Amino acid sequence: MSKDNQILEDLNSKEYEHGWSVNFETDEAPLGLNEDIIRWISTKKEEPSWLLEWRLKAFKIWQGMTEPTWANVKYLKMDLQALRYYSAPKQSKKPKNINEVDPELIAIYERLGISLHEQKRLQGIAIDVVLDSVSVATTFKETLGKLGIVFCSFSEAVKEHPELIQKYLGSVIPMTDNYYAALNAAVFSDGSFCYIPKGVRCPMELSTYFRINAANTGQFERTLIVADDSSYVSYLEGCTAPQRDENQLHAAVVEIYAGAHAEVKYSTVQNWFPGDKEGKGGIYNFVTKRGICAGDHSKISWTQVETGSAITWKYPSCILKGDYSIGEFYSVAVTNNYQQADTGTKMIHIGKNTKSRIVSKGISAGKSQNSYRGQVQVMKRAHNARNFSQCDSLLMGNQCGAHTFPYIDIANPSAKVEHEATTSKIGEDQIFYCNQRGIATEDAVALIVNGYAKEVLNQLPMEFAVEAQKLLALTLEGSVG
Amino acid sequence: MLSIKNLHASIEGTPILRGINLEVKAGEVHAIMGPNGSGKSTLASVLAGREEYEVTEGEVFFQGKELLSLSPEDRAREGVFLAFQYPIEIPGVSTTNFLRTALNQVREYRGQEPLDAVKFLSLMKEKMALVEIDQKLLSRSLNEGFSGGEKKRNEIFQMAMLNPVLSILDETDSGLDIDALRIVSNGVNKLKSDTTATIVVTHYQRLLDYIVPDFVHVLYKGRIVKSGKKELALELEEKGYDWIKEEVDSTATV
Ligand SMILES: Nc1ncnc2c1ncn2[C@@H]1O[C@H](COP(=O)(O)OP(=O)(O)OP(=O)(O)O)[C@@H](O)[C@H]1O
Ligand SMILES: [Mg+2]
Repeated sequence: MSKDNQILEDLNSKEYEHGWSVNFETDEAPLGLNEDIIRWISTKKEEPSWLLEWRLKAFKIWQGMTEPTWANVKYLKMDLQALRYYSAPKQSKKPKNINEVDPELIAIYERLGISLHEQKRLQGIAIDVVLDSVSVATTFKETLGKLGIVFCSFSEAVKEHPELIQKYLGSVIPMTDNYYAALNAAVFSDGSFCYIPKGVRCPMELSTYFRINAANTGQFERTLIVADDSSYVSYLEGCTAPQRDENQLHAAVVEIYAGAHAEVKYSTVQNWFPGDKEGKGGIYNFVTKRGICAGDHSKISWTQVETGSAITWKYPSCILKGDYSIGEFYSVAVTNNYQQADTGTKMIHIGKNTKSRIVSKGISAGKSQNSYRGQVQVMKRAHNARNFSQCDSLLMGNQCGAHTFPYIDIANPSAKVEHEATTSKIGEDQIFYCNQRGIATEDAVALIVNGYAKEVLNQLPMEFAVEAQKLLALTLEGSVG
Repeated sequence: MLSIKNLHASIEGTPILRGINLEVKAGEVHAIMGPNGSGKSTLASVLAGREEYEVTEGEVFFQGKELLSLSPEDRAREGVFLAFQYPIEIPGVSTTNFLRTALNQVREYRGQEPLDAVKFLSLMKEKMALVEIDQKLLSRSLNEGFSGGEKKRNEIFQMAMLNPVLSILDETDSGLDIDALRIVSNGVNKLKSDTTATIVVTHYQRLLDYIVPDFVHVLYKGRIVKSGKKELALELEEKGYDWIKEEVDSTATV
């Protein structure tokens, strides 16, 4: 057996590290999806009537839609009536600060390596944690508040900053956008909200950590980030889920608004349960993420490291409306065993002198399928638009697949669009070379893969990059003998 | 230190090595010469543990241990180093990062603590001076876009960092300019000691002017067909291989 094959066989043996669940009391909606459930959720969350109306409208729209089938993924359709659309850890009252949060919840996050105690966090990252559907704690609120930065759960924002929510909710991703976005609009339960006022540079990383815990629960969170003119924020998103036999649905929506001269960096390390090595279970990750560079000279940069989920369907995109605005997409997507990923981006050039850059690194192992799907669209008045796309695929073994679907659509002749693509195999020579210097095969794979993904990993904030490197290694390595 | 007994190896069913016998003692330098395709690199690869080659017969002992039963990484950790004829590129991984991983794994195997960043850096500085290699080269992706000579110099730099017991240099001289050849050879000489040994695979006397061999062997059709002292290399330089080939082919019953 060649070494490649042996490595691949062994790859399968690593267990999903976060595959445990905790029993604690929850507040749950009845199973199923209908108008009453939506009313139930809205009442539970003490929402204003405009939001309930908005949800019901989305539900109507969703009912008239069908699940998209164009993605290069195959799966048994989920019975959406068998899901629960709301599950919240039971807390007697809303915690005012971290000391009032249920210790059991704190323990969950400690287990994930996330401390909710502000003083314990060395790196000054403000964090909002979302368990199942509900935001359970937000740290560093006061520090941020002094600068006028709002960082809180979505529900809280609805109560405290309704004018901001009403202005921006659905402004980047309308509820009509697609099937999952419409579903999310109807049933979303919580998420994070962040507002950076004019001219403010957010002094710390803002972070949301998502965890699905309860069984049969869909997670539909919504994140809204508004960066007013000349502001800056770097935002991180992490996620895990327990190991379960049945598939679970995660259909999130992330909207970003960047005003003139504003810059938003959004980084994701996605580590949802990928299913077991036979392909059983795992999260269906059907996510809509989009940002609008609304003002001139604004910039939105997406960086994602996708290691988890049974199926990933996700295209963080940028609408480059402001002149001289910049959109970036840096992605590493790893698939192993029976995982399927169809991910990429859309760069829509509307303003003049807009620029976009796409760097996508796919890594496929096992029997997985990994597709890059990207669209570069240059509208008529987008003079001097520039795009550079680099799409690389790394294959491990010969049972996996890598696919690239670039769509280019240009309506202005001054546009310059470059697309480069490569496909390579992790070489036996490379591994042997590492071995010959004393490096074990499993570490050699990690080294080579991290080297391959370096351009993307370099975009991540330091402490996240280290975590992402470990995750990549963990996803791909096995106990190689 | 190294004892090769009747070593046979084949690739995809084709026999390449056909009964190699070689004894290398600590402190010695052995040169292996021979026409293209005679099996020199194959011998080096088999000793280093490349899995594409199937050992069909024979034994190899390295410091009393059965070398062939060890994994490639364990051979390296035991002190076998191969300077590749064609060094491999690893995009996105700097030589520095690569060597730090390697060195710490070797140290772990030997029950030593990993080197902290400061100690590692000072070791780097020391060895960089030895082979006069530029820091800039070491921060670039390993071997990617390196010139032929830079690759070879980098191999010897790695050797210096890992401080092996047995070094096998496969045509390290090819690609090096005149000055580089001198510098790299001097580096190799400085690394030699009573407890280490070197096998140099080369086609040319010019390397052996610097790294003076105790023994010279000629490999032909997968066998060592002639061995001698350093003078043999001079004779080969002058006469080529034909006389040896004729000698072998006339008596051989292949
Ligand atoms: N996969 C293979 N299938 C068949 N023959 C092979 C294969 N790989 C190598 N060989 C052959 O094995 C023989 C020995 O090759 P090797 O690289 O060891 O020669 P060498 O002595 O190092 O030559 P050079 O001086 O040119 O470096 C060559 O004839 C080569 O073509
Ligand atoms: Mg050779």
